Amino acid sequence: MSLTIPIFLLFVLFTLGLSFYLGNRAKSAAGYFAAGGQIHWFVNGIAFAGDYLSAASFLGICGLIAFYGYDGFLYSIGYLAGWVVALFVIAEPLKRMGKYTFADALDSRFQSRGIKLSVAISTLVVSVFYLIPQMVGAGTLIKPLLGYPHYVGVIMVGTVVILIVATAGMVSTTYVQFMKGSLLVLFSTILVGMILFRGLEVKKPRGEAGESVYNLFKIKLPQKFDIHSEKPIETLEEWFEQGMKHDILPAEGAWKGKPYLRTKDRETGKVDIYRVVKDGSVTKAWELANTQTAIELKSGEKKVELTHRPLTLKHEFLPVGHLLTLGSGATRTGPVGPLKYLEELGKGTILVWGSELIVDGNTKYTIYYPTVKSGADMLLPGNYFKVRTGKFFDKIDFLSLMLALFCGTASLPHILIRYYTVKDQAAARLSTIVGIASIGFFYILTLYIGLGAMISGALDVTNSNMAAPLLAKSFSEWLFACISAIAFTTVLGTVSGLIVAASGAIVHDLLSGVCAIQMTDHIKIRVAKMASVIVGIIAIVLGILFEKMNVAVLVGWAFSIAASANLPALIMLLFWKGTTKHGITAAVTFGMLTSLTWVLLSADAYKNVYGLNPANALVPFSQPGIITIPLSFAVLVVVSLMTKSRSVPQSMHQN
Amino acid sequence: MLHEHQNLVDEQDTPAEAARRSRYGLWLFALYLLLYAGFMGLTAFAPGVVAQTPFAGVNIAVLYGLVLIGMALLLALVYAWLCRPRQV
Repeated sequence: MSLTIPIFLLFVLFTLGLSFYLGNRAKSAAGYFAAGGQIHWFVNGIAFAGDYLSAASFLGICGLIAFYGYDGFLYSIGYLAGWVVALFVIAEPLKRMGKYTFADALDSRFQSRGIKLSVAISTLVVSVFYLIPQMVGAGTLIKPLLGYPHYVGVIMVGTVVILIVATAGMVSTTYVQFMKGSLLVLFSTILVGMILFRGLEVKKPRGEAGESVYNLFKIKLPQKFDIHSEKPIETLEEWFEQGMKHDILPAEGAWKGKPYLRTKDRETGKVDIYRVVKDGSVTKAWELANTQTAIELKSGEKKVELTHRPLTLKHEFLPVGHLLTLGSGATRTGPVGPLKYLEELGKGTILVWGSELIVDGNTKYTIYYPTVKSGADMLLPGNYFKVRTGKFFDKIDFLSLMLALFCGTASLPHILIRYYTVKDQAAARLSTIVGIASIGFFYILTLYIGLGAMISGALDVTNSNMAAPLLAKSFSEWLFACISAIAFTTVLGTVSGLIVAASGAIVHDLLSGVCAIQMTDHIKIRVAKMASVIVGIIAIVLGILFEKMNVAVLVGWAFSIAASANLPALIMLLFWKGTTKHGITAAVTFGMLTSLTWVLLSADAYKNVYGLNPANALVPFSQPGIITIPLSFAVLVVVSLMTKSRSVPQSMHQN
Repeated sequence: MLHEHQNLVDEQDTPAEAARRSRYGLWLFALYLLLYAGFMGLTAFAPGVVAQTPFAGVNIAVLYGLVLIGMALLLALVYAWLCRPRQV
């Protein structure tokens, strides 16, 4: 047995053991939901980082950078900027008003069941949307680590987390997050050190795989087939016919107008798919690239096909991510400094892979194709968010995401709950600063981990989420085991924090708040634990359904929903005296419903969740924030003005 | 009830102190908002500008991103310093 599995199990068992041990210390409801307000600010600060640096940050951002370059870094920037809103605008007033949950804070001024209900539901929706990517991340990790399919990983993490939460509560999740946060930053620093020490290295794919699968080739017509042929080849049809006895299939149906060329072997009937990099209909000079394609038949049968797959290769995807050239013409740089690394990468060329879904009748083709990009291009925004194309909606999509990330952090239920685990405002402030320092440092590391993975030659073309662990694997097995284990504990920790927040919303706000059910502390904890199990099961199911999505993009959605539903209510409550309870209820409900509907109808969801043609998506761009956040503000103001005479607000400062 | 033990506050948490901290917070927030908005604007509408490499061969997009991360920490430290406990 390799070293990977024991290291991995050790981490997970240690985490569980700690959780069981600390769980015995949390007997009261205050201890369960808010760790009794007695966590040290430094521990809490690192735990902030632990909470925040979820699977999305580590797996998702690194993956996005590895596949799309700079655009993944935009998430890093946005995620961190959100802390500025949390620290400077929300933290202290909230702590002053606060009880346990976000709903309490909003409700402390109005004592309204409507607010409790709408906020509890929005907390639940945001928690579940934040849970999905964590679960997806867990499944992703388990696949290469233990060899189980995706859904086994999701079920495993779900079960373990339900165990953690059902046995413990906020104290144990805080310490788990503290430990995990420290380990994550430590090991990421080691990984970046190794990346810089290795430097940049030209890695052209070699051997049979290099010849076939990674091949980009040019065809210039007319040309002679060989020295004996009298008549030169004039058309692409003849070229394929003479060279390989392949017929070109007509570009019909879903293939019409797409940059692909399909040929069929006359003898075997095998269909090869080429990406047309440069169309030569006019110039007679084509540039084609071989592709890797996942084919799903109507029966559910799945197959991997590579263009010109040599018989020695199985029906499996080949690893990707190669540095083709360096600026100086050298093949390696040797150890470099952080800035030099970026400079050298900017002068190189890189083979990056994109994907496209084509639904042809009953068969779904997910085609992965290579593109040669300059390093300078990959270090600029525009490869994921099409900000350079000049299309209006593409720019709006980008701005919308950046706005949602900026506004989202302060609106996340499981982040806000951490303000209650320290004793006073000064401690909350210090915690946040420790949090910002460690998170900011980590996000700088993600840039290097992502870029390192981009040229590691070890990427899984189908799954951007695996970039960081696979990069670690390209260095050594034990590093891979440690990084995977930390990522897995990351998922465990984040998921338990979220489930505590969600079960808090159910018990505290829905049951005792809205339904006015009287419960003793003991019963409350028990009901909360039952609620945790249910939320956990929902998360498991959704985690299996959303397998294909990049987890950072999924978390972006959670941010959009959180920012649309919660932020307008929070800000207006803190800074506008005219806010009424009806205004808050309306804004939270409206913001949540519109942003949720929007993401579910977006092109991203069409392509990666439903497997439908993204061009048919009902909304013009994927990120809802730029529309739904201002609208939610507007709804709050309008409804508040309409209902002003009816509600008499109590003083905001209760103490 | 559950809520009663939770209203623990700073020793200096008078309304005036709170208002002062709130003011600092909003000013620092406004400053960061400007920086962030500048970044969003440049990225979306001036791709040519962020492609320039003024320092150490690294482009403005990367440098600006690093500055935004650094500034978040710097402003947080400034805020903590401004809000430090003072003798009344």
